[in-house]
Amino acid sequence: MTTDRTIRPLGERPRILQMVDVDKTFAGNVVALRRMALSVNEGDFISLLGPSGCGKSTALRLIAGLMRPTTGRIAWDGGQSADDLGVVFQEPTLMPWATVAQNVWLPFRLRGQTFSAVKDRIEEVLALVGLENFGGAYPRELSGGMKMRVSIARALVTNPRLILMDEPFAALDEITRQKLNNDLLELKAQMGSTVIFVTHSVFESVFLSDRIIVMAARPGRVIREITVDAPYPRGIAFRTSPDYAAHALATSEALSEAMGEKMELH
Amino acid sequence: MTLADPQTSNGDSAQDVAFDVDEARFARAQRVESIARWALPVIVMVLTVYAWDRVVTLNNIPHYVLPSPGRVMATMVEDWWLLIGSALVTLQTTLLALLVAVIGGVGLAVLFTQSRFAEMSFYPYAVILQVTPIVSIAPLIFIYVENRTVGLLLCAWIVAFFPILANTTLGLKSADHNLRDLMTIYRASRWQRLRYLQLPSALPYFLGGLRIAGGLALIGAVVAEYVAGTGGVSSGLASRIQEAGYRLNIPRMFAALLLIAAMGVAIFMALSLLSHLLLRKWHESAVKREN
Repeated sequence: MTTDRTIRPLGERPRILQMVDVDKTFAGNVVALRRMALSVNEGDFISLLGPSGCGKSTALRLIAGLMRPTTGRIAWDGGQSADDLGVVFQEPTLMPWATVAQNVWLPFRLRGQTFSAVKDRIEEVLALVGLENFGGAYPRELSGGMKMRVSIARALVTNPRLILMDEPFAALDEITRQKLNNDLLELKAQMGSTVIFVTHSVFESVFLSDRIIVMAARPGRVIREITVDAPYPRGIAFRTSPDYAAHALATSEALSEAMGEKMELH
Repeated sequence: MTLADPQTSNGDSAQDVAFDVDEARFARAQRVESIARWALPVIVMVLTVYAWDRVVTLNNIPHYVLPSPGRVMATMVEDWWLLIGSALVTLQTTLLALLVAVIGGVGLAVLFTQSRFAEMSFYPYAVILQVTPIVSIAPLIFIYVENRTVGLLLCAWIVAFFPILANTTLGLKSADHNLRDLMTIYRASRWQRLRYLQLPSALPYFLGGLRIAGGLALIGAVVAEYVAGTGGVSSGLASRIQEAGYRLNIPRMFAALLLIAAMGVAIFMALSLLSHLLLRKWHESAVKREN
């Protein structure tokens, strides 16, 4: 199963889905999200960035179909099927009783495909995330970073149209996190995946994404979109470039605005 | 130490030794503990049996009051075929009851997790059945149930099924919430969710309940035999004890009691082994840690 998705420049990519005026109000009149509009195009790497309570995880759950909008709509171009989504949570969320390969098999298994029928694809994806020799291991035998790689492999295995990631590396140490960020970009380049990535780290969002949606809390809403037009692949050179610094500054300012603060420049 | 370079080991030897003494002490403590784990219970048993024998012999206690351990063992050998036949009857009732308890307990637990209303409706009655002493229900059961075997099974089942039901229900509900979301996102059917997520999540809980239920099924079977009385050809160990009691055959009572205890231990060990085999690859309770 290979992909011929090529990443086209922003603006020329076909749309996958759009959120139109989405409101989400929880019981007790808590407005989690107000008037959110977002178009997701093929090949986008979108970060949802904001303080806690800004509705970024709510937006992700709405897109995942785990809850429905109070008003507004989320429309998939060409309709939505069960294969359209891959999800990576903050925890690796693996089945402890199943081996690594069996965990990655899950999305296929739920469609009634036998292990042997998709064995090659599972091995291919495990190799992509650097775990080619760990198919027979149990999750408890792996480190936190390796478990997260399994989780990513499971999200990628069906080659979904859209991958949702909810602060996937937040619980990892800084070294593992950077390594995974680099590898994630490489995977994205190889597979042409479309990603929505929830984070509370300015630097992570600038490094990873080409679109940063900055959100504010009470009520949860989008206040700014920042485009990071640096080309992929991005590596250590981008991380230390003036371009990166400029984008990080702009994003930090937007985030300060979201938090209702004035940023002091020294 | 023998491999160490003599030049470096001269200067560092004091430190090396200090380190090694600590490690050696730790290793010795571990070794002693691993032997004590089985040696101490055995020593306690030997001493107890010896003390029992001394008390009986020195006080000239007649065997129809308290038989010596030697006489109990002699009776065990003498009555072996009679006793083992009865033990098998009790064991059969116990295992059948346990099997039905597993089917009933897991079945009800699955029903409860599929329907909140079923749980609300029936769970209180499961609790009532559990907290009412079986000795007080058993006489009624034997009035209404004609078949003795079915009556025995029913009694043992009532005692045994609750821990399986309670534990499995808890286990089915304890599936990771993110994995549940993942099942929703992949549009898993109810059956797939149960088969691939909830049942495996419940397995450690179920096995914990099963170990308790194994002992309870034996208790239920024995109690039911007492209530049902000694009638019938194929009577279990409890009937043997009752019978021997009427005849003041105290050594046989002890021998039968010994067999019941041995059966209980065997059931517990078998279920612990089963639990270990099923969980050793992945569950914290069964996984050996190196440090």
